[in-house]
Amino acid sequence: MPQFAGGGSGIGQTTVEVVLALLFVAVGGLAVSEGLRLGNGWGFDGPQAGYFPFWIGILLISASGVTLVQALRRRGEGRLFVTWPRLFLVFRVLAPAAVYGAAIFFVGIYAASAGLVLWFMRGIGGFPLRQAVPVAAALVTVTFLVFEIWFLVPLPKGPLEHALGF
Amino acid sequence: MSELAALFHGFSIALEPTNLALMVAGIVLGVLIGVLPGLGGANGVAILLPLTFTLEPVSAIILLSCIYWGALFGGAITSILFNIPGEPWSVATTFDGYPMAQNGRAAEALTAAFTSSFIGAFVAILVITFVSPLVAGFALRFGPAEFFAVMFLAFASFIGLSSGSPFKTMASMMVGFLLAGVGLDTVTGELRGTFGSTELMRGFNFLVVVIGLFGISEILQSIEEGLTFRGREGRIDLRAVLRTWAEMLRHKAIVVRSALIGCWMGITPAGATPASFMSYGVARRLSRHGREFGQGRIEGVIAPETAAHAAGTSALLPMLTLGIPGSPTAAVLLGGLIMWGLQPGPMLFVEQKDFVWGLIASMYLGNVVGLVIVLVAVPWFAAILRVPFPVIAAIILVVCAIGAYTVNNAAFDIVLMLIFGVLGYVMKKLDYPLAPLVLALVLGDRTEQSFRQALLLSEGSFAIFVSNGLVASIMALGFLMLFWPVLSKLWSRRPAAAGA
Repeated sequence: MPQFAGGGSGIGQTTVEVVLALLFVAVGGLAVSEGLRLGNGWGFDGPQAGYFPFWIGILLISASGVTLVQALRRRGEGRLFVTWPRLFLVFRVLAPAAVYGAAIFFVGIYAASAGLVLWFMRGIGGFPLRQAVPVAAALVTVTFLVFEIWFLVPLPKGPLEHALGF
Repeated sequence: MSELAALFHGFSIALEPTNLALMVAGIVLGVLIGVLPGLGGANGVAILLPLTFTLEPVSAIILLSCIYWGALFGGAITSILFNIPGEPWSVATTFDGYPMAQNGRAAEALTAAFTSSFIGAFVAILVITFVSPLVAGFALRFGPAEFFAVMFLAFASFIGLSSGSPFKTMASMMVGFLLAGVGLDTVTGELRGTFGSTELMRGFNFLVVVIGLFGISEILQSIEEGLTFRGREGRIDLRAVLRTWAEMLRHKAIVVRSALIGCWMGITPAGATPASFMSYGVARRLSRHGREFGQGRIEGVIAPETAAHAAGTSALLPMLTLGIPGSPTAAVLLGGLIMWGLQPGPMLFVEQKDFVWGLIASMYLGNVVGLVIVLVAVPWFAAILRVPFPVIAAIILVVCAIGAYTVNNAAFDIVLMLIFGVLGYVMKKLDYPLAPLVLALVLGDRTEQSFRQALLLSEGSFAIFVSNGLVASIMALGFLMLFWPVLSKLWSRRPAAAGA
């Protein structure tokens, strides 16, 4: 196991175990209800469409149920899933990634990617802009050449590319 | 010896200039993918799959399988020089590889790793060449019930042989099955699990899921562990290579044993990672210098690398012959076959001879090319890790996003990829294995179809799964694997009780 730098407080292992197991139980529940809706019996062309989801849902609920009980039994051990400072590090990557995913819908993938590289290098890596801008520009140019020109795979574009005539 | 004739025909296909060029490109890309954290065999192949539609299927599979070989080689570089396993199957290589590099024997460790990878793969390819036609011929007699039984065996062994909690393995697998079921039901034409969403009507594409689970989650994990790259120089000269090869000759027993362990674990879908750990463990237990393992013994590099590469390669045997992949990367390749319009399974050996034998021939050539490339180019590949992590992370994120988008030309898939990235990060940290999820996602539809077809034939009677010797014994073997942990515990308790 990796050592937790600085120890300290954070989210407990049990909490996350329980949340994930409950999530899986809920997903299993959805599958079971969907299986019932579609019919989990015998149709004129073999088992009905809901047969498989129904039983897979049951298996998922049972397996996660056991995991849930096991996790609750180990509740007292006090192991940490992640410390707050480390979770903060994860969010420093995850939050821009989420913004990036959303931005692609509005400005296309090229502008969003350039922005992501700039943010990572400037915000997380602390590079000066004179280093970050060329890297971003190079990445966008190479991507454009490879996909739009050589492999003829169109990627999502935004107002900027439309203004340039693509 | 019809295999040899077919193999030579395969060589004539693999040696075409385009295919040779794709082979070299694939290996180089693969090593790169293996070295970079966040990109691995499975999601590297997944990202590049949509770009292969313009190629002939045989050229496409040569490119993608060579990426896989390259990734298998590449994982060792970072393990030995930086103590960072680029791939899960190279974790065991860090145990002795990194101490060797610290003691100034980096060149020996790298040479030993590459050479044993090569030998492991070579043994596995020999097995594929001569065993797979037999398996395929045998499987031609399979009906839906037998196919379901084989899938059941594959999934049951996953649960029975899982190193962690079997319930977590099962949960992971069931999530995969459920994701596979979302979308249009191919038998009845009904919509399942879409809950009115038009985006979900396409279903969950396994490529998007793989890129999220393996790629994004690994970036999150790497950043959390606060990567600091402090590596050794890795330059290999000819004298170090010859010296290492001479030393390896003394450990030929370990090489052979590890290759066999690897082949076995690759064909049964245990995969390269457990194979590498098991082989390392066996080598340590049987060695007279067992106590010195972990301080830089060359056997500690040879054993896991041989087994990992043998397992990674032989994972293609069940994929080609039965349509059941032995590893996540093999699962992605199998998805590729379906997307190129080929029907995986025993009929491949009858209908697509050029494809099968071209691929097998390219395995021989690809691994020779790979060995030469990694031996020569190690310093350059190692230099990649000196690029600061924020730069690498941003570029990998962009590459993953493009990969996820190009599968269906859907920006929604990028959002899905991020969600699966978070799920993968949490699951990995809680010791849920991800391979069963991917395998179930890829095979879910076909498992369900063969199950339903079998029951249709028997008009709903489960007796069809024990109706003849073949299907009954496969099913029995499946149950044996499923309850293996319980049975082996009972077995080990018995003599103790008798002695008391």
